[in-house]
Amino acid sequence: MGALLEIGQLTAGYGATQVLFGIDLAVGEREVTTLLGRNGMGKTTTIRTLMGLARATGGTIRFRGERIDNLAPERIARMGLAVVPEGRQIFPNLSVEENLRAFAGNRCAAADPWTLDRVYAFLPRLQERRRNMGNQLSGGEQQMLAIGRALMTNPHLLILDEATEGLAPLVREDIWQCLHTLAAQGQAILVIDKYVTRLIALAHRHTIIERGRVVWSGTSAALDADHGVWHRYLGV
Amino acid sequence: MDPILVLEQSLNGLQFGLMLFLLAAGLTLVFGIMDMINLAHGSLYMIGAYLAAAVAMATGSFWLAVAVAMGGTAVIGVVLEVTLLRRLYQRDHLHQVLATFALILMSNEAVRMIWGPTALALDPPPSLAGPVELLPGLYYPAFRLVIIGVGLLVAVLLYFLVSHTRLGMLVRAGASNREMARAMGVRVSLVFTIVFAIGAALCALAGAMLGPLFAVQVGMGESILILAFVVIVIGGIGSIRGALVGALLVGMVDTVGRTFLPMWLRAVLPPTVASNLGPALASVLIYVLMAGVLFWRPQGLFPARG
Repeated sequence: MGALLEIGQLTAGYGATQVLFGIDLAVGEREVTTLLGRNGMGKTTTIRTLMGLARATGGTIRFRGERIDNLAPERIARMGLAVVPEGRQIFPNLSVEENLRAFAGNRCAAADPWTLDRVYAFLPRLQERRRNMGNQLSGGEQQMLAIGRALMTNPHLLILDEATEGLAPLVREDIWQCLHTLAAQGQAILVIDKYVTRLIALAHRHTIIERGRVVWSGTSAALDADHGVWHRYLGV
Repeated sequence: MDPILVLEQSLNGLQFGLMLFLLAAGLTLVFGIMDMINLAHGSLYMIGAYLAAAVAMATGSFWLAVAVAMGGTAVIGVVLEVTLLRRLYQRDHLHQVLATFALILMSNEAVRMIWGPTALALDPPPSLAGPVELLPGLYYPAFRLVIIGVGLLVAVLLYFLVSHTRLGMLVRAGASNREMARAMGVRVSLVFTIVFAIGAALCALAGAMLGPLFAVQVGMGESILILAFVVIVIGGIGSIRGALVGALLVGMVDTVGRTFLPMWLRAVLPPTVASNLGPALASVLIYVLMAGVLFWRPQGLFPARG
């Protein structure tokens, strides 16, 4: 498995406040990796820095062999990174279909790319709501739209930040099903979430951070075997 | 009340509102997408009017003058955006206001140096100089009808551009959440340069169309700029639909208020009080309207964000 994304000794922060103190993280082709940790430990900052939305003050980020740290967000996105951000950030003044069509592209040059029809087949609820505006959707529908919107760019790497947060249990289950389907199709995914048992079933490898540092990383089997890690770093 | 007068003033209000819309459309997108206060927007209106007057004088063709003014002002707008305004997006509003106010002074002075201090005359095409009888007894200047037609046409074209094209989707996405639009791969700065060029061309169109009604003179951009800001605040920053509704409201209230408020006051107040109070009240009417809208809907009528 070649490394798709390699983050090395990444440091970042906001103004004078340093948040990341040297993050190492890698995601391979066709691999699902998680980034775990309690709230406020730097997970979202890691994602924001990766996407070019926050400044990296040190370290390197390589995507498909190229340095992308501190490139403009639109350049990073066009190289094939797509994010399903915390809080979904659906465009409220675009309809469901426009949210999907506006950013469509085949950024990973897939032979069988995601199209509007394929996204509708994968997430049928969106087709029912296609004429609704982004702000007329339920939380679960917004989450599906954020996933569909990211898929429409045909990314090499899909990043999900708290994709199941604030959703009803049944809806959350739908989202997990979606992610399992995508993983089975070979989509490389970096996922942040707090349901460790579900992530162990979904992902191949895990990285846990605490106060901006990596404190544990390993495979699903290793994480499953060491519940001490859960208590120490995840408060589960 | 004389129905002919009411109809005539309503048409005037519609015509002025549509021209305000041409200015407000660019302004609201610039403010909405880049969070940039561009006071020099009114200067583009002035430059457009001067270009039109100069070309019309040289060639005798009004419509050629309009086309050249739109193209020329779009080019000036893009040069301005790429060389100067782009550096201001990340600064706070005070810096933007100072820098673009300096642009107003500089462009006023430049226009004065090139065309002199006296106002220029821009004549409507001779075929449109006379009135048309719309209804028995209602004569209305043909050129004003053309202004209404042009305004409606642009409104329809802009509506199509914004709501039915991919560029429009990206503009709306950028206006509601610029950071997320960039994270989705939108080259917001390129989209913005295009928007700025269109906005500048629309300023020039408004300047050229209003030139025959108002004087083409230095400082003409400032008074209308204030109205354009009122329009976009009422309509909701970043919203084209808001700009259209806001512009029509302001155009109507301003025009109709100036005509009828003094008449109504004369009916209930002593003549001297009414003749003093009427014009004064009429000129603050749109600000009362703005305050009212902001009281009930602080985000404006059609907010683009959230």
